[in-house]
Amino acid sequence: MDLDAARQTYIAESRELLQSLEDLLLQAEQGKVDAESINGMFRAAHTIKGSAGLFGFDAIVSFTHVVENTLDQVRDGSLALSPPLVALLLECGDHIGTLLTEVAELSRTPDTNILSAGEDLVARLRDALGSSPPTEENESAATGLVQHEAAVETLGGVVVEADSWHISLRFRSDVFRHGMDPMSFIAYLNEVGEVVDVATLVDRVPAAAEMDPESCYLGFEIQLKSDRDKVSIEAVFDFVRDDCKVRILPPHGKLEEFVRLIADLPEDPMRLGEILVKAGALTPRELELALERQRKLSDAAASRAPPLGQIVVDSRFASQPVVTAALEKQKQVEEKRHFESSLLKVHAEKLDKLINLVGELVIAGASAGALAQKSGNAEMLEASSQVARLVEEIRDQTLRLRMVQIGETFGRFPRIARDVAKELGKEIDLKISGADTELDKSMVERIGDPLIHLVRNAVDHGIEPIALRAERGKPAKGTVRLNAYHDSGSIVIEIGDDGGGLNRERIRRKAVDKGLIGADQVLSDAELYKLVLEPGFSTAQQVTNLSGRGVGMDVVKRNIEALRGSIELDSTEGTGTTVRLRLPLTLAIIDGFLVQVADAFYVVPLDMVHECVELGAEARDDTRSRNYINLRGQVLPFLRLRETFECEQPPPPRENIVVVAYGGQRAGLVVDRLLGELQTVIKPLSKLFAHVRGIGGSTILGTGEVALILDVPGLIQSAVAREAQGTGLAGVSRAGSA
Amino acid sequence: MSVHVEWKADRCRLRIEDDLSIYRAAALKGPLLDPLGRASEIEVDLSQVAEMDSAGLQLLVLLKREAAAAGKRVGFSGHSPSVIRLLDLYNMAGYFGDPLVIAAAA
Repeated sequence: MDLDAARQTYIAESRELLQSLEDLLLQAEQGKVDAESINGMFRAAHTIKGSAGLFGFDAIVSFTHVVENTLDQVRDGSLALSPPLVALLLECGDHIGTLLTEVAELSRTPDTNILSAGEDLVARLRDALGSSPPTEENESAATGLVQHEAAVETLGGVVVEADSWHISLRFRSDVFRHGMDPMSFIAYLNEVGEVVDVATLVDRVPAAAEMDPESCYLGFEIQLKSDRDKVSIEAVFDFVRDDCKVRILPPHGKLEEFVRLIADLPEDPMRLGEILVKAGALTPRELELALERQRKLSDAAASRAPPLGQIVVDSRFASQPVVTAALEKQKQVEEKRHFESSLLKVHAEKLDKLINLVGELVIAGASAGALAQKSGNAEMLEASSQVARLVEEIRDQTLRLRMVQIGETFGRFPRIARDVAKELGKEIDLKISGADTELDKSMVERIGDPLIHLVRNAVDHGIEPIALRAERGKPAKGTVRLNAYHDSGSIVIEIGDDGGGLNRERIRRKAVDKGLIGADQVLSDAELYKLVLEPGFSTAQQVTNLSGRGVGMDVVKRNIEALRGSIELDSTEGTGTTVRLRLPLTLAIIDGFLVQVADAFYVVPLDMVHECVELGAEARDDTRSRNYINLRGQVLPFLRLRETFECEQPPPPRENIVVVAYGGQRAGLVVDRLLGELQTVIKPLSKLFAHVRGIGGSTILGTGEVALILDVPGLIQSAVAREAQGTGLAGVSRAGSA
Repeated sequence: MSVHVEWKADRCRLRIEDDLSIYRAAALKGPLLDPLGRASEIEVDLSQVAEMDSAGLQLLVLLKREAAAAGKRVGFSGHSPSVIRLLDLYNMAGYFGDPLVIAAAA
């Protein structure tokens, strides 16, 4: 029995939980709070309390209990997580930390200062909880230490006659949603003993209007004859531990236990008493005694706020099971450790450092390869090509370390789609495919919000109301598809719906109204649909509180473009819309196109390069005064990188134009030489260069030289802007000379 | 149609032709409760219920209770084996108080 080791584990675990509680609270303070995080807070408090009970750390149990109750109410929605409450809970977290140090680490009884600080916090929590009646679960469960001592004195000797275990179950409303059904647990009880009696409590089923058929409202009082110990009976409920309140009382238990059980349960004491008598847990005489005691207790609780604590009786009475449970817990911790060792948690920063180093290695390897090539030494060449191959493999493996399946992100969409659909009175079937497609962790984190927006949009705007669907001969239930796949070095995520599709005419009218396009401008479908992504553009006739305000799609577009991705829309009126996001697999490495201007090297991201054309001496003279050329009948504005980056040297006789395209716009970049494709590791520029326009990063070439990575969207913007101005001026000057 | 409805004056006979399970609970709530509005007496035929779980049971409880609150009578009949199994497990036959036909042990 190495309880000391278990205790160390408990301390470490609790510190972690406190940390996560604090993190979640801090997030909540910044308004980032959802059901999941509240649940996380509750679980943290719940686990700290539960484990403290195993070790008999009463001070921690009693204090954390109140915190847990508060969080439980927040979780139920009966208490709002207001900023003052968050602040208070943060203080409570600190106090639990103090108690941990005192009680668990130093094995001291907390001094009066700490205790009074705790009582003060408890009083404030109670204020926050409002005037919940003392008979309510949280209040009576918190019946004081002092009362219990007294209770033990008065009823301590009374033992109930029943020779079976009493199990009291109250399932939480979410148990069905978590894929479990109480019936399987009750049926399984027959495996550990003989179920003598089951009383099913349906009192909590609310009135029809409030009753959610997917919530569980059931409770059970069960008499079980079994030779097993408490731990193995408890183990039956391991799977629902978070979704069910389980209370187990042993055969010939103390009547006091039943008093507390009755007090703890949400149902009326009289009704519970009857059930217990009927089930054979108590005799009528015992019940009378218990109820009388219960009344006294609640009177006492009502008359003054007692110090908290409920563990005394447990520990006195159940010492054997408690010790066994502690050992069990210890074993679980070991098992958990074991599991963790096969999955190693690594700080993302370390991984980034590694990737950086691998990047350097790639560069160094390339330069070694170049030298070997130069030397012409066959053996050296062979050795260096070996190294190059291994380096490449290492690079791929390292990048793969950061790859995670997108399924993690997709996982939360069924709920989102369902909730949105419910709010809008639509029926939605969300079909997810390609959840095992992998992409870089940093990408996963950043596409979450845009995706949520797109899915909401699909449900809100895409899918028509049920009546309209029926009219169009579609099934009432709309389908939203979420799909991901790899396509030539990028990941494609599709969000499709079988809704009404985009209305070409409406988009065109709106775009004309907004001055985005000319009244008689001819646009391809793809170009027209893309207008939807412009700021302030919403074709929804009805603005709902979900979408339709015209903020959103442009934000999605910006987010995706910030990740060097692109958005395409595909739509057929009447049959649906598909939004296709194309994103690079990683942010760290790109395929680039290397060009040279004088002795400086520049890298253009390859996926933005359309074509290369020669700018001969003749054409150059022709364009000396203007910044556009005629490319197969179309105006192509261009930028001379030589001028943009203020390069003094005279240009060579022949120059080249790299035609780049981004976001539907094209421009040419005039460079000296085209050097071809290469894969580069992007290195961010230092802050010193943050204001330099036109450059997005740097990389190091195999020869050890630095190449700058061009910020193509920025360059295109300035080329197009300049061309617009320039032609205007040219027009004016020509008019003047005529 | 998951619930077959038959009217005889103000007496309604519902035949549930679906699983009384969590998967169908949300869809069944409406059809089960709607007839309460104008029926004075409801008879629910459970013979076609192939599967019933706790969520299904809750719906029956709800119907029974809502009916009682409105002073109407609701009876369940033709309990399928799955229904009987769950009522047995939960010891709920007494709550509903309907006669159960116990199939002769084969």
